[in-house]
Amino acid sequence: MLKKREVAVISAVTTKCGEHWDKGIKDLAWEAGVKAVEEAGISGKDIEYLVVGNMSGGMFVGQEHIGALVADFLGLNPIPSLRVEAACASGGVAFYQGYLAVASGLYDVVAVGGVEKMTDVEPEQATSVLAGAMDFEWEAYFGATFPALYALIATRYMHEYRLKPETLAKIAVKNHYYGSLNPLAHFRNKITVEEALTSPLVADPLRKYDCSPISDGAAVAILAPLDIAKKYTDTPIVVEASAIASDTLSLLKRRDLCTLDATVNAANKAFQLAHIEREDVDLIEVHDCFSIAELLAIEDLGFCKKGEAQNLVEEGQTYIGGRIPVNTDGGLKAAGHPVGATGVKQIAELVKQLRGEADKGRQVDGAEVGLAHNIGGTGATAVVTILSRRGA
Amino acid sequence: MSATAPPAHWRRMRERYRLLGSRCETCGATFFPTTKVCPKCRRKGKIAQVEFSGRGKVYSYTVIHSAPKMFEQFTPAVVALVQLEEGPMVLSQIVDTDHKELKVGMEVEACFRKLFEQEQSGIISYGFKFRPVNDHWGKYYDNKDI
Ligand SMILES: [Zn+2]
Repeated sequence: MLKKREVAVISAVTTKCGEHWDKGIKDLAWEAGVKAVEEAGISGKDIEYLVVGNMSGGMFVGQEHIGALVADFLGLNPIPSLRVEAACASGGVAFYQGYLAVASGLYDVVAVGGVEKMTDVEPEQATSVLAGAMDFEWEAYFGATFPALYALIATRYMHEYRLKPETLAKIAVKNHYYGSLNPLAHFRNKITVEEALTSPLVADPLRKYDCSPISDGAAVAILAPLDIAKKYTDTPIVVEASAIASDTLSLLKRRDLCTLDATVNAANKAFQLAHIEREDVDLIEVHDCFSIAELLAIEDLGFCKKGEAQNLVEEGQTYIGGRIPVNTDGGLKAAGHPVGATGVKQIAELVKQLRGEADKGRQVDGAEVGLAHNIGGTGATAVVTILSRRGA
Repeated sequence: MSATAPPAHWRRMRERYRLLGSRCETCGATFFPTTKVCPKCRRKGKIAQVEFSGRGKVYSYTVIHSAPKMFEQFTPAVVALVQLEEGPMVLSQIVDTDHKELKVGMEVEACFRKLFEQEQSGIISYGFKFRPVNDHWGKYYDNKDI
C-alpha cells in the first residue's frame, strides 16, 4: 500500500451565491476557478487533476459531462477531469476524491470544484430535480418533496424530544444574522423569530425560513501535499481527516428517524483518523438544508446527546463565543445552497476562519480546528472533513 | 418527481396495488419495499413475497403546502410514514382526514387511490394511500357537503 501523505488546502474560494441570471454554469466555474488559482499563487498549468462536484447539470441546465466541460473552459486540457455526484453532497464527495488523489501520492496539485446552476428552471422544476435525491419509487412517487421528508423527521423529533417551532426559528435567525455579515451570502437580511414563525408553511411544521434557498454558485479548493503547500502559502490548512458514510436512500428503512447514522459514522471515522477530540473543534459548518437538519447535525456529529441540541440553540451556544459556533457564514439557509458546490463552499469558509480572514463580526477568535459536514439527500451520504491550521 | 415512460409505472404496479413486501422465512423479518436479500441472514435467508394487512400506525406526518404539478390536485396533502402492524415502514398519503385530527400513533388502514396524473403522456397512477380506521372517515364525510 502507498504511504499516506499529509494533505493541505492552499486556497479555497466561493462565488457569491444567489440568483445569477447573467451567469451560466461555465461562468460560475470560471469565476471560482480563477479566484482559487490567484489566491493559491499557482498557474493553471500546475494543476494535475480536476474533480468537480455537480448534482444535476443534466436536469438543471441540460448539460452533462461537467468534468470535461470545466477543464475545457478553465483551459486545463489535457489533464484528467471528472465529475462526481452524491446529490447535495456532491461537493463534499469531490473534496474527498481530491484528498485521496493527493494523499495517495498520485498527484501533487489537485483542483476540487463544485458548481450548480439552479435558477435556469422554474422553482417548481428545481424541486422535482432535487426530489431525484430521494427514493424515486417509494418516496417521490407517493408525493413526497424534500421539505416533506425533513418535515417527517421534524414532526417525529418534536414528538420524541419536545422540540418547539420557536427553537427551529432561532436557528434560521442565527444563520440570517451571519449571512448579513457575509458579502458572498445569498441572503444579507436579518430576520426575527416572529418573522420566521409567521412565514408561509412549506411542509408542516417547516416554514419558508426553515428551508434553504435555490441558489446558483460555485466553489473551488486547491489541494497539495503539506510539504509542497508551504512553497505556495504561509498558511496551508491541513486536512486532518475526510470521511464518508452511506445509509439507506429512503427514510423507510432508517434505524432511527431522528438520527442520521451516516453523519454519526462519518464523524466517528473522521475524529478517529484525525486524532482530534470534539472539544478541540472551534467551529463547525453543518448541512442545514432545513433548520431541523442543523439540530440533527450538532447531535449526530457528537457535540451533544440526542435531544439536547435544542438547549444549545436556546442558550445561544451556537453563536460565536458560545460552546460551538455553527455556520458562521450563514449556512445553507442564508449563505445559499448551490447543491453541487455546497460541500466545497463549506471548506472555503473553514479555510477563511482558520486563517483569521473572516469578515468583520463573524471571525471565531484564534480558531485552530474546524469541521465541515455535507449531506446528500436525507442522509444517505454524509461527508465529514476536519481541517486545522497546524501547518501555519 | 420527474415524468417517466409507462414501463417505469407498470414495473411496480403489483407492489403498489396490493401493498406487497418481502418476508425472510429463515428469521421471520419483514421488509418493505420488496428485497432480494435478508441483510441479517444473507445467503442463509429465504425470501418470500408477503401481502401486508394494510393496518398500521402513523409514525410521523406532515402537511405539504407546496407540491410538484402532478400532485397539485391533492394539495395540501398529508404525507406520512406509517408503521405497518407487521413492522415495516411505508411512506404514503393520509386521506379522508381532518388535518386537525392528525397525530403520531393514529391508527390507519390502506385504501386504493389515485396517486397522480402525469400531464404529457397521460399516465394516471394508482396505489395505496391510508385513511384513519374507526369511524373517522365517516365523520369526515358527514361534515362535508357532498
Ligand atoms: Zn432473515
